[in-house]
Amino acid sequence: MAYNVKEVVGRKPARFTEGHRMCAGCGAPPVARHILRALNEDDHAVVANATGCMEVSTFIYPYTAWTDSFIHTAFECAGATLSGVEAAYHSMKKQGKLPEDKNTKFIAFGGDGGTYDIGLQSLSGAMERGHDLTYVCYDNGAYMNTGIQRSSATPKFADTTTSPAGKVIPGKMQSRKDLAKVMAAHHLPYVAQSAGFMNFKDLYEKAEKAIYTEGPTFLNVLSPCPRGWGYATDDLMLINKLAIETCYWPLYEVDHGVYHITYKPAKKLPIEEFLRPQKRFKHMFKEGNEWMIEEFQKEVDSRWQELLDLEEMTNSK
Amino acid sequence: MSIRERLSGNEAAATAMKQINPDVVAAFPITPSTEIPQYFSTFVANGNVDTEFVAVESEHSAMSACIGAEAAGARAMTATSANGLSLMWEMIYIASSLRLPIVLSLVNRAVSGPLNIHCDHSDAMGVRDSGWIMLFSENNQEAYDNLLMAHRIAENENVLLPLMVCQDGFITSHSIENIELEEDDKVKKFVGEYHPNHYLLNDKEPMAIGPLDLQAYLFEHKAQQANAMKAAKDVILQVSKDFESWTGRHYGLFEEYMLDDCDFAIVCMNSTAGTAKAVVNDLRAKGIKAGLLKIRVYRPFPAEEVAEALSNLKAVAVLDRADSLNGMGGALFEDVVSSMYVAGKQVPIVNYVYGIGGRDTTCNDIESVYNDLSEIAQSGKVDNPYRYLGLRKGDM
Repeated sequence: MAYNVKEVVGRKPARFTEGHRMCAGCGAPPVARHILRALNEDDHAVVANATGCMEVSTFIYPYTAWTDSFIHTAFECAGATLSGVEAAYHSMKKQGKLPEDKNTKFIAFGGDGGTYDIGLQSLSGAMERGHDLTYVCYDNGAYMNTGIQRSSATPKFADTTTSPAGKVIPGKMQSRKDLAKVMAAHHLPYVAQSAGFMNFKDLYEKAEKAIYTEGPTFLNVLSPCPRGWGYATDDLMLINKLAIETCYWPLYEVDHGVYHITYKPAKKLPIEEFLRPQKRFKHMFKEGNEWMIEEFQKEVDSRWQELLDLEEMTNSK
Repeated sequence: MSIRERLSGNEAAATAMKQINPDVVAAFPITPSTEIPQYFSTFVANGNVDTEFVAVESEHSAMSACIGAEAAGARAMTATSANGLSLMWEMIYIASSLRLPIVLSLVNRAVSGPLNIHCDHSDAMGVRDSGWIMLFSENNQEAYDNLLMAHRIAENENVLLPLMVCQDGFITSHSIENIELEEDDKVKKFVGEYHPNHYLLNDKEPMAIGPLDLQAYLFEHKAQQANAMKAAKDVILQVSKDFESWTGRHYGLFEEYMLDDCDFAIVCMNSTAGTAKAVVNDLRAKGIKAGLLKIRVYRPFPAEEVAEALSNLKAVAVLDRADSLNGMGGALFEDVVSSMYVAGKQVPIVNYVYGIGGRDTTCNDIESVYNDLSEIAQSGKVDNPYRYLGLRKGDM
């Protein structure tokens, strides 16, 4: 059935409810809500969450915004924690300790700090062991929960509280890690990069595919942060759109090793369009800093080209 | 009928795990506990158990996966040593705070650094305040028996705390000794099935576990943990009683060896108790009234019972196989001294830090402690309460 946002939202109740305490204009809640909507209504889910904004704002004792079962243990181990839950499921199901006819799906959410950095080992281990789970990174490009410190997902030149744009060093001097490719290198059955874009169609379809593909799957979802990025809260969807239309955040999937770019801008916008509305890149627009924008553009171009090449290569086999 | 066998301590632990047949085992190799997951994965590979074995990429993930599995509604077990337990440290506290009765086999080894793979108790002492029940084992038999009793204790609804069974690295884990094993079906019956009240995989009652727990609640939750630890003492005694009526093997909070009528005694844990018993026998043959108190239950610490048991002695030596590097003595020493003081029992007490990094502790070493105790008993004075046993003096 073709995707229809009104139909999906109307038919499937939110499994991630209102009442949570995440910021207005944060990209993460609609991401979590929409991914959980991709679950079949009859299926139960166990959600694991790495410590981070999402966890501390959605499960403050004695309240929870999660209607499915939910577990949080620590910052760096959502992958390992959920792999234990999944192992228990298989063991107990095999032994007849759980109802035969009931399906449970396993979904982890971690920010980029808990996924790209401190949780990378735990994630890699869970993926390599082949647990039947979906790991979702909601990537807001810094340690936002502790107050906007740089992570390995932070884009080059971004001004963060541990890579401040100073008089000598103009923001973060390193490029961001390409985590979706790192995950693709695990030869997982399904890896995708997505964002809230055009009625969330891309995200919904990829979430459904990830959750219902057997084995370990990974979604990297752009999740803008109004405080860390410095945009007006009602510009969330605009920021997502600009990230995609400039090819800063390409939408693609790697389905059993085959790359598909799921959205190709008809006219690729210059990177300034994405950078300009965000305070974290403000210093790049000062006179004399044109080289920073040029360098940023070059990196976006080369990564986009690499993706086009991978798509061509893996589809021509 | 018990089965007479010859097994190493690691084999004994793995055999207990096979008979318990947990739903999930998540473990990572580290000397000297490596053999436990190694033997266990063979049981899995040969279909002897129903367990899902998760060969994790670190001990941090081993404990994380055990937490996930136990919260999911499964019985989860693991094994580790030294730095492995150090890497788990964050998750060790989380396991107990989430009230998950995970069972861990700890094969005691020195925590780095520098690197040393041999026995001491610095790993266990690093988690003594983490809210885990801690049982110590003199030999392979006790390691086996403690594991068979572990789930009945940990899963008791008045307890719901994780539990670790300790045994000495190499000294016990790699020595082959006689052992009495129980039959599989009888173990299964004794251990029983695990039916948690709340668990993640119950789709009829979804649950959330591991919240942000702020000022209004954390204090009460911690007090509940503390109460559960206090309640564990009676549960341990009850389970041990049931175990005795099944196997004939007696276990209490600690073992009193020739303690009734003795003048002075050593307090220690794990394999050193075996050495001390041999020395006590020799001294008794010479008419010297030496005794021994071997701690089995270290957490919860049986403070009142220990104080009572030592109250009529003329001198006590507490042997710590881990130095607390605090300028005042080892952890077991502090616990015993506090117990005595609070109970109002005035007995001269001396501490010996010994056996660090696998340093051999011989009968002669233990005898020298009893000789010191004899002098202390006569003088009633302890000049230096914080001493070393078996330290090469020239290097200091």
